[in-house]
Amino acid sequence: MDIKDIVAPFAVWKRAFEKPFTVRKPIDERPGAPRYRGFHINDADTCVGCGTCESICMNKAIDLVPVEGREPSAGDSGLRPRVDYGRCCWCALCVDVCPSGSLGMSNEYLWIDSDPDVFRYVPGVDAKPWDGAELGYRRAEGYRLLDMERVPMPETGHAEGVKSFLELVKGYSRDQAEREADRCVACGVCVASCPAHMDIPGYIKAVRDGDLETGLRLLYETNPFPEACGRICTRACESACAIGSGGDPVAIRWLKRYIADQVELADYGKSLPRAEPATGRKVAVVGAGPGGLAAAYYLALLGHKVTVFEKDEAAGGMLRYGIPEYRLPYPALDKDVDYIRSLGVEIRYGAAVGKDPALAKLRKDFDAVYLSTGLPAAYRLDVPGDDHPRVLDGVAILAAATRGEELGLGRRVAVVGGGNVAMDAARTALRHGCEVDIVYRRREVDMPADPEEIREAKAEGARLIERAIPVRVEDSGDGGARFVWNEAEMVQKEPGKRPVPEPIPGAVVTERYDSVIAAIGQGPDLAYLTEADGVEVRRMKPVTDRAGRTSVPTVFAGGDLVNEKKDAISAIADGHRAARAIDRLLGGKGD
Amino acid sequence: MSRAKIPYVPPEERAFPDLDSGKYLVMWQGPNHPGITGNMSLRLVIEGDSVVDCETHVGYLHRGFEKLMERRLWMQNFPLVCRIAVPEPDFNEYCYAAALEELAGIEIPEKAVWLRTLSLEMIRLASFLMWIGGQAGAFGHGTIAQWSVTMRDYVLDLFEELSGGRIYHMYIIPGGVRADVPPGFLRHVLETMTVVEQNLKDIELVMFHNAVMKMRAVGLGYIPRDWVERYGITGPNARAAGVRRDLRKDRGYLAYPRLSFEPVVGTESDAFERARLRLAEMFQAIDLIRQIVDALPAEGAFRERLPNPLHWRIPAGETYVSAECTRGEYGFYVVSDGGDKPRRVAVRGPSYTHAVSVMERLVRGVNIADVAGLMVSLHTYPPEIER
Repeated sequence: MDIKDIVAPFAVWKRAFEKPFTVRKPIDERPGAPRYRGFHINDADTCVGCGTCESICMNKAIDLVPVEGREPSAGDSGLRPRVDYGRCCWCALCVDVCPSGSLGMSNEYLWIDSDPDVFRYVPGVDAKPWDGAELGYRRAEGYRLLDMERVPMPETGHAEGVKSFLELVKGYSRDQAEREADRCVACGVCVASCPAHMDIPGYIKAVRDGDLETGLRLLYETNPFPEACGRICTRACESACAIGSGGDPVAIRWLKRYIADQVELADYGKSLPRAEPATGRKVAVVGAGPGGLAAAYYLALLGHKVTVFEKDEAAGGMLRYGIPEYRLPYPALDKDVDYIRSLGVEIRYGAAVGKDPALAKLRKDFDAVYLSTGLPAAYRLDVPGDDHPRVLDGVAILAAATRGEELGLGRRVAVVGGGNVAMDAARTALRHGCEVDIVYRRREVDMPADPEEIREAKAEGARLIERAIPVRVEDSGDGGARFVWNEAEMVQKEPGKRPVPEPIPGAVVTERYDSVIAAIGQGPDLAYLTEADGVEVRRMKPVTDRAGRTSVPTVFAGGDLVNEKKDAISAIADGHRAARAIDRLLGGKGD
Repeated sequence: MSRAKIPYVPPEERAFPDLDSGKYLVMWQGPNHPGITGNMSLRLVIEGDSVVDCETHVGYLHRGFEKLMERRLWMQNFPLVCRIAVPEPDFNEYCYAAALEELAGIEIPEKAVWLRTLSLEMIRLASFLMWIGGQAGAFGHGTIAQWSVTMRDYVLDLFEELSGGRIYHMYIIPGGVRADVPPGFLRHVLETMTVVEQNLKDIELVMFHNAVMKMRAVGLGYIPRDWVERYGITGPNARAAGVRRDLRKDRGYLAYPRLSFEPVVGTESDAFERARLRLAEMFQAIDLIRQIVDALPAEGAFRERLPNPLHWRIPAGETYVSAECTRGEYGFYVVSDGGDKPRRVAVRGPSYTHAVSVMERLVRGVNIADVAGLMVSLHTYPPEIER
């Protein structure tokens, strides 16, 4: 110890003249840093209520709650996260994980209230002073906890694909499927949007866990066509997917296909339920499409004897005769059908109900009848000359292609329409070496076809002619047809409604084609419903309740014949619902 | 030559105090007492004004983290671990993240390596600043505590800017860090370092050239060198005893092998030496921060992509990851059974080895007024003893 130890401390007396550190008035003058993790904010319109924030929160501080004025809709649970600041630890993992990116944090950190209940609120719904705060914690650029990019599906290239009817989509490998399944946050928003309410998070988890037997069982709980739906489903689920709110939706359809592809038909029985003991009741199903066979499958499971009457020579309906092989190969469809048949479902081919046997006979011979006859009758172009021999019907062309018949389309083909049948017909024609023009009365964005189909048809070489209203078909005199259309412009006639095409006077185009394929929609063929059957029909549709009951207690109807969505999965859902209702009618419990 | 004021008497040679004799007073210091660090308690047996016997009591801050972690997803534990040592949370975040990365075989990007190192050195400085306030305060120099805690606040301002949180930064996330540095941040770091360095020089003048401090701290709490191995003492407590042990050098994790520094080693092993050594490490931390700011890559990813945190399964295995924190070796032993949650996590809080048994031994014979100063001189964070 020396003299310095006595003197040195006095050196800092200089600080007596400096501003003290400890005085900071008023206390609320300092805002939080731009990245401060303060009170939550949420853009309630962007939020889809998926609850991933709730799943990741380690303190269980977040609850998804219903909020006033917000109803569940496709892709939105209608719920919004409520934060409990008695539990929140401000870690912001909820912000990091939020698929839609709606959740954030403000840089506000002062909130004083004597009522403890106010510290539990729904950000973005319960108004707070920091709503819309510019500053505060947000997910950093390029930083995400979730993978928003889909594992690419291996596909045959367009140049190669258009040369044959071989399946384009090759399917995921195990590694690819597990990586894709890992992207799912298991929120279940998709389940509500699936017409059949399939347990999507359940079977995706099965893929993740490598437990395909469970996966297959979950698929068959609501859908006996996993091979077909795994390829061609309209996948409302993917439009609803929460991951899709901020990136590519999970490839739910391909994962379904993966499960079905990986399990051999011979092994199906190991994981799928066996049929109940026979009840001795008999049910007739009219039409062996996806809806009819779905009803047959669930009825057979419940122990009823099911006979399916099919007018064509093979089962599958539109799946077989309407969807080309490159999208849904027949062996895959056969696998689904064969499993249904293995439960004892009898299918009588070439049995056109109405001609042989009559519906009245079915009603007499069977305890219940399910009508699932779909929409087999193509609409006509409804322009002068639409009866020209070179004006063909799209559905018939697709069916002929399925049967392996010579199509005789010629070299240049016009496909009229913008739906999936038009795309399928166009791509089938391309595969027969034709030059194809797709003629549609509205714009590409208005096309009802799957955008993927439109993109692929164009990539394979189809030319898209938009805003073209058919005027007439004339004979070209050389074995072809001259197709005349009027160019149109889109006019917004009523605000809020979609614009309609209006012909531009004088802008008439004539092109010569070898074939003009009309694919502008189909209607039902209800010739088999006689007045004596007593089934009430309104606007070309049998009138049914939600379960598919018609005005005749033992007759049920469903599928494209009845429902608005006109896709396979809706028909399957109808078939399942009707099967339960029929079971109840026949004295079962309906489950 | 021992500088110990009080020679150590082994337990078998010690007379057990007869509490019924009327000669002794049993007194509790803590768990709520300004002279104790955190929520810990000392049961002191006093004769006159000197301590005859002492029992350390922990458990007032036991929150069961290790068990809680077994019930939470791997990623959900990331905001939890920082609470194990409140004033210095980043070492928990780093050890946990590094253990997971090792088990899952994840390589973090270069930029994340530097940002993690920056974060760890900044919190080292902040933690020491808080400690030096406590050490000065325990010897009656309250003004120094006000300066140093203000300096710590400036460092916490930096953390707020970088991570969005002042105390729990939650910045080092498995796979890297959570964000790049915000614009202007590195300039703020350098400006703050200048201010802190200036203040530390004042503190050095006032605290270490100070007769009162020397009279009270020199010779207090002498740790013989052989205790370092016997008790597993690490960090400044070991280095002050002359043991050159610094994981930043010995294990060379993160960017430390690329930084230029030498472990500070002392000889005297008493409270004063330990304080001086920590002051030197504070200057060293400032120097390291400047080196890191210079070397920090401007571009590049700051985080490796991980599997979906909701389903993340880590391959079965076990690992031990450690880092040199202000109190010594901070370690995480993590076991995975291949599931989505840890099978077992054990945390090695460095205070465990010097604040329980060693403290009991050192405090015997010490004047009751010096107990607080002695305890702070060991630098103890009770929550990491109890996990």
